Amino acid sequence: MAFINLKDKILQAKIVYYGPGRCGKTTNLEYIYNKCRLQVHSEMVTVKTQGDRTLFFDFFPFDMGKINGYEVKIQLYTVPGQVKYNSTRRLVLKGVDGVVFVADSAAERRDKNVISLRNLEENLALYNKNIYEIPLVIQYNKRDLAKQGVEVLDVETMEKDINSRLKAPSFEASAVEGGNVVLTLKKIIYETMASLEKELKQEQAK
Amino acid sequence: MMLGKEQLEKIHNTLTENLIGSGVKSVILIDTAGNVIASIDNANTALDIYSLAALAAANFGAMSCMAKIVGEDEFSLLFHKGEKENIYFSKVSEDFLLVNIFDNQISLGFLRLKMSKVIEELVAVLVK
Ligand SMILES: Nc1nc2c(ncn2[C@@H]2O[C@H](COP(=O)(O)OP(=O)(O)OP(=O)(O)O)[C@@H](O)[C@H]2O)c(=O)[nH]1
Ligand SMILES: [Mg+2]
Repeated sequence: MAFINLKDKILQAKIVYYGPGRCGKTTNLEYIYNKCRLQVHSEMVTVKTQGDRTLFFDFFPFDMGKINGYEVKIQLYTVPGQVKYNSTRRLVLKGVDGVVFVADSAAERRDKNVISLRNLEENLALYNKNIYEIPLVIQYNKRDLAKQGVEVLDVETMEKDINSRLKAPSFEASAVEGGNVVLTLKKIIYETMASLEKELKQEQAK
Repeated sequence: MMLGKEQLEKIHNTLTENLIGSGVKSVILIDTAGNVIASIDNANTALDIYSLAALAAANFGAMSCMAKIVGEDEFSLLFHKGEKENIYFSKVSEDFLLVNIFDNQISLGFLRLKMSKVIEELVAVLVK
């Protein structure tokens, strides 16, 4: 649920990075945080375990500057991917406006991606949100693993597993190297803003 | 969710008068998604309100889940006491929370007295 302040002309929207454990959600946010210093004016908040796994979420607000006269602030979050943290994952999804689904390209993680996507669908449904309608971008992360001799799924297979029915915009990426990380972010922000604009127009037409 | 000038001014006034006026250092009205609806502080306090809002919303959500697990609807009082600073959360409605930061010069009891009036006024603006 985005919040629009008509007095000070500020729009806040929430984008959540979702995906299985260790797929690279936190690494995506860390890359953005370090690369886009001019657009981040707070510390990154991370609630994690000793072993660097996300326990609750990572967070920072990303400033888009002025769009149509409104100061746009994108609240970026990650969820904990580990299966056992489903209740905290749900909490983070509350009020979500757009989702990046980060899939792990490592062949051995194939099932984990599919299970996590199904879990996303279920958790969105708890908030009466439809995975086919919410702004969604899919990222095939860890493409660089192929260079290290790790078996990597080809993109056609991943599209078939994950995106055959969703038909969401998708990108190959490497969160450690940074390839397509910012592009993924730009795309989901664009999709989210377009969707909010449409919603507003419908609201005003009523 | 959209709020206009008049609504936000009403919110601002009630928070300033009743809370900042009573010695609360910083008060942030947030929604349960973690968005900042309004934030006011006395001139001497500058906090990272967006981070605070994200954490407060998550904390409140986690406490609500815990309440359900032990068979309560919710815990009515969420209070964190520090050596100098304290945080007090109050639920305004299903969708909104108020986060108060105050030092030891005001008592929790006094704040709770103020709070019922503030919440009533906020609900009148926020919940249609
Ligand atoms: N080779 C490679 N490793 C990556 C990439 N992205 C993340 N990793 C590594 O994968 C591991 C897990 O990354 P995280 O970003 O912590 O994963 P996460 O999705 O946040 O995991 P949870 O918090 O448990 O859900 C770390 O060791 C990262 O360095 C990538 O693009 N390529
Ligand atoms: Mg993580």
